[in-house]
Amino acid sequence: MSTARYGIEDQPIFVIDQSRCIGCEACVQACAECGTHRGRSLIHLDRVDRATTTQTAPMVCMHCADPTCAQVCPADAIKQTEGGVVQSSLKPRCIGCSNCVLACPFGVPKYYAEIDQMMKCDMCTDRTSEGYKPMCASVCPSEALWYGTIDEFREQRTGSLIRDFMFGRQEVRTKVYTVVDDLDGGPLDVMAGRTQAWLDDPFALEGP
Amino acid sequence: MAQRPVSEADLIDRFGPHLNQAPPGGWDAGIEAERVVNTHCCFCGQQCGIKLKAADNQVIGFEPWYEFPFNEGKLCPKGVKRYLQGNHPDRVLYPMERDPSSPGGFRRVSWEHALDRVVSEIQRIQSTYGPDSFAMLSGVSLTNEKSYLVGKFARLGLGTANLDYNGRYCMVSAGAANKKALGIDRASNPWSDIPLADVVWTAGTNIAETFPITTSYIWKARDRGARLIVQDPRVVPHARTAHLYLPVRPGTDSALFGAVLHELIRHDWLDHAFIENHTHDFDQAAAAVADMTPQWAADITGVPAARIEQAAEWWGTSATGMLLHARGIEQQSKGTENCLAAINLGLATGKFGKPGCGVTTITGQGNGQGGREHGHKCDQLPGNRDITNPEHRAAVAAAWGCDVDEIPGKGLPALALIEAIHRGEIKGLLSICFNPAVSSPDTNFTREALDKLEFFSNIDFFVSETAHHADIVLPGSLHEEGDGTSTTGEGRIVKINAVVDPPGEARHDWWILVEIARRLGRGHYFPYEGTREIFEELCRASSGGLADYTGATWDRIEDEMGMFWPVPEVGHPGTPRLYEGGRFYHPDGRARFHAVPYRPPGEEVDDDYPVWLTTGRVVSQYLSGTQTRRIGGLVAQYPEPLCEIHPVLAERLGIVQGDRVTVSSRRGSVTLPAQVVATIRPDTVFIPYHWPGAKAANVLTKRVVDPISAMPEFKVAAVRVERAPAPPQEVAT
Repeated sequence: MSTARYGIEDQPIFVIDQSRCIGCEACVQACAECGTHRGRSLIHLDRVDRATTTQTAPMVCMHCADPTCAQVCPADAIKQTEGGVVQSSLKPRCIGCSNCVLACPFGVPKYYAEIDQMMKCDMCTDRTSEGYKPMCASVCPSEALWYGTIDEFREQRTGSLIRDFMFGRQEVRTKVYTVVDDLDGGPLDVMAGRTQAWLDDPFALEGP
Repeated sequence: MAQRPVSEADLIDRFGPHLNQAPPGGWDAGIEAERVVNTHCCFCGQQCGIKLKAADNQVIGFEPWYEFPFNEGKLCPKGVKRYLQGNHPDRVLYPMERDPSSPGGFRRVSWEHALDRVVSEIQRIQSTYGPDSFAMLSGVSLTNEKSYLVGKFARLGLGTANLDYNGRYCMVSAGAANKKALGIDRASNPWSDIPLADVVWTAGTNIAETFPITTSYIWKARDRGARLIVQDPRVVPHARTAHLYLPVRPGTDSALFGAVLHELIRHDWLDHAFIENHTHDFDQAAAAVADMTPQWAADITGVPAARIEQAAEWWGTSATGMLLHARGIEQQSKGTENCLAAINLGLATGKFGKPGCGVTTITGQGNGQGGREHGHKCDQLPGNRDITNPEHRAAVAAAWGCDVDEIPGKGLPALALIEAIHRGEIKGLLSICFNPAVSSPDTNFTREALDKLEFFSNIDFFVSETAHHADIVLPGSLHEEGDGTSTTGEGRIVKINAVVDPPGEARHDWWILVEIARRLGRGHYFPYEGTREIFEELCRASSGGLADYTGATWDRIEDEMGMFWPVPEVGHPGTPRLYEGGRFYHPDGRARFHAVPYRPPGEEVDDDYPVWLTTGRVVSQYLSGTQTRRIGGLVAQYPEPLCEIHPVLAERLGIVQGDRVTVSSRRGSVTLPAQVVATIRPDTVFIPYHWPGAKAANVLTKRVVDPISAMPEFKVAAVRVERAPAPPQEVAT
């Protein structure tokens, strides 16, 4: 049974596991329904290469500890909450320059010309501040987007949590976690063969 | 006179589909909810729990219902946006009569006029041509209460044998196989068993797009270390991480299952004690697969023999396993045989009646499970009883307080019923929540049939493409406008709660049927004040039948977050997992193996039509699209049908991504954009079927049915694919 509400002491975490994504866009549709988003969907769902695969990749704001978007904002319009959530630009300050859109290493902020303002995933502050899961992680049918405690994650799921990234020489630590295969087995061998042999030739065009 | 009164363009102009983009008042209206009601999604057979928010008799939004155990707040995009079908500009708000001189071809009439016209036409047609010349078609988006009422209404109100339902086009072959092999027609397990399986095998089911929430159960099994086998002509999204992919050619599934049984026997991966103690006819099933070697099956199915052997080994040597199947193996002219062959694999290895063990269909439609239990199938009476069985007839006659001879006999199944209309044998039709103009095979033929009706009345909340042909349109009610129950794909009876009242002059579906019956002089059989009384009668009528709801009550269903039938007595806890202890539902308690020799599909590719066609769904649309083609966000997600084609085939045909292609079968042709993807067999194209008219995939499908269940073959046809000229550019004026 999933926990409906989390207190501050539970320290819930947000996890993206791309391998579980089925591309259904429930997150995209639900994001627009969050009370403060008012019809704007602030999440990204990328079709990686539909010509070859059904792989899709959802992307919420990673909520960097030292957010690049805020660093590059000339109007000081992007603020963090005490809990580390990076918010949409402040309307009275935002000058619509899109520096943040260009600078974000994860490609998250969106500039909306009709309101001349940057808006981005705010981890459904109105929901999480009340202890509820964000809208996308509430509805996600495959739990590719997941919200819960570290203990719940370890009890229910597999894979290792990652939140430290290198972009060139820039170190980025994020509040949101992503998941890779179990790292306890040593370093990831990206050149290793497929674990599922059929993936190389799904329809046996090159022989059985 | 059931021809469309005005042009299709004029009908669409007035009745849509138009798009509802935003909640009442727009996104910035800031309307506070007056009520938040626990209910369920109106769409697929998972019937996810959802909270709907309402104000001023309008549904204004939703909240996840975290506490409902099946989905714990999860929803697919259709569930998220389902609330936008309310307060919709296309909603039918008053009765209408065909009138070619009125805008859009229909004029507003009073309920008195509409009902009197319906009743006088029923009486005229039945007195002229006989009682069975007036038919009824029904749908399993209806609640249990409405499904039960439709069955009783057709038999005792209309007095016609010719009633059938759109589950005939969904999973009826799985139901037939379940009854033949296992003695009862229900999912073998609650979904909580899926994570307990060591091997999860999905056959002909695009889970990510058609049962999205079920994905989370499969991932949980994967987290536990389960192996995942996916059998499908396409690398559907949940196949991406499968341990084994079986790229089966459309229409050959029983050959694949047969070869697996062959391997189970050859390696003695059998549960001999289970076979001995709990089944019959293993030897016949074994004899039928004696020559079905993996190499033989590889030639037929296109699945490499080594993968078939691997699937057999994993299924045969795993302690637990579940095989989940859906429309891919069921919507074939041998749908029942495919399902029986799948069940054979479960029986041979003892994978029934234990945690993490089962072979089950994933029911498709919202109340696809409950809707096939309570008697609105052509061969069925309440309690999933057989309309040709004298004892069953007597039991239902007693429950209904009628003479047993008043209950008509077996009628025609849906497609045969439409064919009888085309032949002029059925002259009148009353239809509720069924859109055969989109969902029936061979669309052009269906249209011709509807044109031939002397009288047609349609009960629905929107004017569907089928309702275009109506003489009288009766505005019925949405899922969120009435109380009742539905029974999910798990076999869990859940409570549907009214959130708002039907708007305008729209009426509850049950009221409409009862009014017609009353005017036909049959009102004494329908003395209901509401749907709770109908449910209580349904439970009594089901008592002693296979689908036994005796101990179910609305209050218990609500308090217990659903109840799994059978509930054969008051106070019974319900039955989440069937067949525990190897007890099946045939009178002797044993399951039946079935011999399933291979036979080809109803149409095969040849020089003229060299490509296989298979049809299906996309995640953002639901069935014939009557509801979902009217919701802006869902239409934006996938606006029109695309023809999926493998790059190897595309290159051979000179087709590149985005080209328009004309796909032709012996029935007709459609022209659609090509989507060139390496995720489909190179000898097969796929088209989703949710759209009408010139974009209808069912223009191409063939009217050939499974002889046991009368399921049409939506999943296999032979087609020709050609690059089409680019559409003419619109000239600015």
